Amino acid sequence: MGVAMVDFSQRYDVLVIGGGNAALCAAISAAREGASVLVLEAAPHFYRGGNTRHTRNMRCAHDAATDTLSGPYYEEEFYDDLLRVTGGQTNEELARLMIHESKDMLDWIVDQGVRFQPSLGGTLSLGRTNSFFLGGGRAMLNALYKTAEDLGVAIAYEAEVISMDVEDGMFLGATVKRPEGDVHVRAGALVAAAGGFEANKEWLEESWGPAAKNFLIRGTRFNRGTVLKMLSAAGVDQIGDPTQCHAVAIDARAPEYDGGIITRLDCVVFGIVVNKQCERFYDEGEDVWPKRYAIWGRLVAGQPDQIAYIIFDASSLELFMPSCFPPIKAESIRELAGKLELDAEALEKTLTQFNGAVQPGTFDHTQLDDCRTQGLSIDKTHWARKIEKAPFYAYPVRPGITFTYLGVRVNTQSRMMMADGKPSANMFAAGELMAGNVLGKGYAAGIGMTIGSVFGRIAGREAATNARN
Amino acid sequence: MHATNTLQEADRLMTLCNSCRYCEGLCAVFPAMEMRRDFLDGDLNYLANLCHSCGACYHDCQFSPPHEFNMNVPKVLAQARAESYETYAWPRGLAPMFEQNGLKISLVAAASVAAFIAGFVAWHDQAALFAQHAGNFYKLMPHNTMAAIFGAAFLYAIVAMIMGIRNFWKDIGEPASTLSEAPSLWQAMKDASTLRYLDGGGVGCMNDSERPTDTRRRWHHFTFYGFLLCFASTSVATLYHYVLGKQAPYPWYDLPVLLGTLGGIGLVLGPIGLMLAKRVRDPMLVDESRKGMDVAFLVMLFLTGITGLALLVLRETAAMGLLLSVHLGVVFALIVTMPYGKFVHGIYRFLALVRYAKEKRMLEAGAAGAA
Repeated sequence: MGVAMVDFSQRYDVLVIGGGNAALCAAISAAREGASVLVLEAAPHFYRGGNTRHTRNMRCAHDAATDTLSGPYYEEEFYDDLLRVTGGQTNEELARLMIHESKDMLDWIVDQGVRFQPSLGGTLSLGRTNSFFLGGGRAMLNALYKTAEDLGVAIAYEAEVISMDVEDGMFLGATVKRPEGDVHVRAGALVAAAGGFEANKEWLEESWGPAAKNFLIRGTRFNRGTVLKMLSAAGVDQIGDPTQCHAVAIDARAPEYDGGIITRLDCVVFGIVVNKQCERFYDEGEDVWPKRYAIWGRLVAGQPDQIAYIIFDASSLELFMPSCFPPIKAESIRELAGKLELDAEALEKTLTQFNGAVQPGTFDHTQLDDCRTQGLSIDKTHWARKIEKAPFYAYPVRPGITFTYLGVRVNTQSRMMMADGKPSANMFAAGELMAGNVLGKGYAAGIGMTIGSVFGRIAGREAATNARN
Repeated sequence: MHATNTLQEADRLMTLCNSCRYCEGLCAVFPAMEMRRDFLDGDLNYLANLCHSCGACYHDCQFSPPHEFNMNVPKVLAQARAESYETYAWPRGLAPMFEQNGLKISLVAAASVAAFIAGFVAWHDQAALFAQHAGNFYKLMPHNTMAAIFGAAFLYAIVAMIMGIRNFWKDIGEPASTLSEAPSLWQAMKDASTLRYLDGGGVGCMNDSERPTDTRRRWHHFTFYGFLLCFASTSVATLYHYVLGKQAPYPWYDLPVLLGTLGGIGLVLGPIGLMLAKRVRDPMLVDESRKGMDVAFLVMLFLTGITGLALLVLRETAAMGLLLSVHLGVVFALIVTMPYGKFVHGIYRFLALVRYAKEKRMLEAGAAGAA
């Protein structure tokens, strides 16, 4: 296997907490600077890598088309996109640094064994801006772990950090829960890259109330935010809004954790979305997928019991990517309501009203077409077609949380900033744990991985330098 | 509903894979899958035979076991593949040869070797088997007899395999005309001869862990090209005999012996390498019930190589008689069991690659036309 036996008694130059993209980029970058590195991954081997397991691409700036990217994506355009999705809630200095560094990342990450391919089937809209990992996020992780192992990085699985010794902003050591008993590890510098707190339902409930009980977690169950809590308790400055998270509407039949990409539904624009009272609650045709993809998690979270139903008919069935569960199918709206345990009268009424309001137009799902309704309290402004061709279909949907934004403040060295405004002596952060610095809200596909790789690489390099001095 | 539980499971997996598609750059299976939305038995058998079992998709999948989605594409496709060999076997009555295949191949091989020894003894006196014949095989079996026996065995194997091909082609629903399309055949030949899809999309096959290696491809090349060289050696010797009138034994530097020696070395080293790779293979990827079939085929190839080389080295000695009967026995058994063992994997996979080449070309032409 090439995995070195982990020696917990040794004092390492750099301790990395976490095992995803950001953590591994930090570990590799520190090891390449000559540091001895220990990676503590809370998950077992199979689940290593946190949410990186479920990712598939990263967004990097580039000045020309490549083998796998269909055209240039200049720094300015990237920055404009970031401003647009965050509504300006970003740290300009860090954002511009990240975007600038992302250009070199395309080469650096390939040097670490990660391979790219042209955009996946069904994702042509990202073919110019986003680099897709050949084999997906877990393939990317496999490559990074292999490189880290070959560089001599010590990696411990099932190694959850349960407490941390920090004095005056200086990291001294951490206590690690191991299957064989707790151990204490010491290191010259810390890189915290342990993800967010989306798998911690109690914490989510603090911000979201009881609705959080019905949320599904799209990624790892190991992102419980314990490291974030410890750092805050140790005086590190927090950044970001605890109520902000990336949430999409996913199939309600998905497992509570780790359903990943295959539970997503791309079909909102082709039908109507009703809540359990059979009422529509938002314009399904507002914009093309994937631009408005991410608002539906919040919208469904705001409905009774956090559940909604996408209803469409036979004419739309093959217009979108299939998902892992087949749609619920019925020969009539009445029968469909029965299968969904909805009030048949109410659903028929909503459908009749909707169909009656559909205006003539030319349907074209590849652009904002002129098919719309008129006269409804909530009109559907594009792709509105009568839902009348049997069989009828439905997908039940719930909010699926992808990641959270609350994190620790860092500077351009990816060094943590203390609440008193001073930089930490030897603590650095990367990835979701500090994503809030550049991503105050909103999301653009692949940007989480950019944050992880770029700040991971910086944090590892700076931590190694810091430990040496 | 599908014909078997294996195909039912393969359908479940392909439906899930089709909603993810992260693996589409790893090999031919996933792009072929993306061209479909529903999967009939024939579609699944086509995909199963297209899979080279490199294991990359298992290690790259976020949903492989212990995840509750329990996605193990290489193993399930391996099971479906092995079952498809049985379904396509001709004549139908011999399909059970694929059950406990290792045992049955061993019995055929033992019987065949015994028959050659008995035959030599019956035709000559017992002493002739252990006498020195200065490397002249035909003292023990006249060339025409040898050619007739092996020609008949070979002809039978070819006919049986062609019938199997017909069954496969019908099952996957591909018109016969595809087999006469030169670009598809040429592409498939390139893909098969380089084992293009046994490399996890570029880094190598993931045999024992997620750390890729290229050993299986290397040893498969030794085996496959060793086999071809041995076949070439026999073909050249046949031409020498009938066209040029040159009689065996040939000196070591003559073409049939050179080709046969190189081929024999390939057939010895290749199967050993593949056996070692099989021993360290991640058990999660292995279809245990068919291990016997794989091992039997490797052993038969190895025995063909090693007895052939031994015969070359010892042909001047008194051991030649016995070695010749063992070698001929093994080769005869190898030929007659070709349609009923692992050999057919190469046939069906090549044909699946032909179909994939055609589908890919049509898709690209369609995309170019639409653009």
